[in-house]
Amino acid sequence: MSLEVAANMGATPKAEIPADSPMVIRGMTVSYGQKPVVFSVDMTVAEGSMTAIIGPNGAGKSTLLKAALGIVQPLAGQALVFGKPLQSARHRIAYVPQRASVDWDFPTRVIDVVLMGLYRELGLLRRIRPHHIEKARACLERVGMTDFADRQIGQLSGGQQQRVFLARALAQEADLYLLDEPFAGVDAATEKAIIDVLKSLRSEGKTVVAVHHDLTTVRSYFDRVFLINTRKMAEGTVDDAFTSENLNQTYGGRLATGQIDQLELAAG
Amino acid sequence: MSGEEFVPLSLTPMLIGVLAAVACALPGNFLVLRKQALIGDAISHVVLPGIVVAFLITGVVAAAPMMLGAAGAALVSVVMIEAIRRLGNIEPGAAMGLTFTTLFAAGVLLLEQSDTSSVHLDVEHALYGNLESLIWLDAIGWESLLDPVALAGLPPELGRVVIALLGVCAFLWLFWRPLVLSTFDESFAQAMGIATNRVGVALVMVAALAAVAAFDAVGSIIVIAMFICPPAAARLMTNRLEHQVGWSVVFAVLSAVFGYVFAGYGPLWLGFDNAVSAAGMIATVSGIILAIAACFAPHRHRSGAPAV
Repeated sequence: MSLEVAANMGATPKAEIPADSPMVIRGMTVSYGQKPVVFSVDMTVAEGSMTAIIGPNGAGKSTLLKAALGIVQPLAGQALVFGKPLQSARHRIAYVPQRASVDWDFPTRVIDVVLMGLYRELGLLRRIRPHHIEKARACLERVGMTDFADRQIGQLSGGQQQRVFLARALAQEADLYLLDEPFAGVDAATEKAIIDVLKSLRSEGKTVVAVHHDLTTVRSYFDRVFLINTRKMAEGTVDDAFTSENLNQTYGGRLATGQIDQLELAAG
Repeated sequence: MSGEEFVPLSLTPMLIGVLAAVACALPGNFLVLRKQALIGDAISHVVLPGIVVAFLITGVVAAAPMMLGAAGAALVSVVMIEAIRRLGNIEPGAAMGLTFTTLFAAGVLLLEQSDTSSVHLDVEHALYGNLESLIWLDAIGWESLLDPVALAGLPPELGRVVIALLGVCAFLWLFWRPLVLSTFDESFAQAMGIATNRVGVALVMVAALAAVAAFDAVGSIIVIAMFICPPAAARLMTNRLEHQVGWSVVFAVLSAVFGYVFAGYGPLWLGFDNAVSAAGMIATVSGIILAIAACFAPHRHRSGAPAV
């Protein structure tokens, strides 16, 4: 028997996990103190899809993303990014944190924030060259913020700040975009601008996952949903998984029947 | 003032004051932005018990063991603050206040109980520093700057504060980007793979280095002013971090130079006999600069973080 065959015999079977999936989460469990916020959650993100993570407040939506990114330490579970451990695939992920998580009074300009997205390219000491600035400006243009490049970030409206965060993620030139409540507290024009960018990313073959809280827009914005309330409640295409039954279960009767009827109606 | 008088009596104290102020102001920019300014205060206070313990162990007043003792105490205080914050579930400001007052008080008690009367180590020195005593007796004028024999007699505190300043500058230059990223947006920095906890601890250790070196010159009480006032005033001058750091250096230098001069000559101009503490005056001047900036600086009105 050759060494190669022996090694293969000893190897664990690859199971049903699709190696090319942008993100596979297995058994993710996170707790703050004694209370589990995310419990034994499995998730498989389909390549080239736009997935909404949906659930009530405190259901662990943001925590699931943060655990997958290594921002919070899970008690158990792991995430594979394009079939690899997180550490060797970080460059393929772009992350947009919640807008409210940073101090917008920080002394920095819009263009500097977008340039932060180039950190992995620039490293500790590489000089910022004109082509880096060009790239950052191009990202600002995609979100319609070119005119604000030299503004201090505190002078922007909430929607403009969210667009700057999206531009910074675009500068990362990733294959998987993870967004935490990108539409929270933004104006209608910004919401339109952001969804246009996300849809264009999808048409380029990129994968988008967003924590989302507005159930009325799920059908028009996303093609897949992931319902969570500490545990995974449902996962699949919008048509299969975004059903009144699953929603009722996820929200534990906290949604009025009228709301669900409306959603069904929107589905046609 | 002639070089004969200025160089031996005022040049080195002034220089040490300036370098110590700049060494503290540089990391102070990040401490203030991270809302950790009090940690500078904590470190500067725990330097005292660190130095006393080092003296009790070695029995001599020498630079190396005292610096080690101070650095050790700084480390202990950082660990204590984290432990109190996590175990006691207490907000960080209170944890820092608890840590540094307790350790400083312990230092005062140790100092009183131990036999330090024979050596130059006392509570007053620890509080106010002894900038005025850091004179250069081997100098006879400006020409001494080129005289190797006279240069050998420079106060050792000067060398220490130069090393601390170089260390601070090297740290900021090397880790500028991770520092900025983890200060502005910690979760984004973590998602990028930056070990933000380690960056935070490194910043505190560098601040400790600056505080220990500045302790000689300005004493523990006043180090905190150098950590906070120049960066806070600088923030009001500009909306860009690079420029803010530049302004903080300018303000630190102004505070040290004018503080030293006013302490030595201000009372005479006002008709009093005695000069006042240079360290006290430096801190006062830095506070006055902050007050002026708060009234007249171009970026004192800011929108701040929007309501969520």
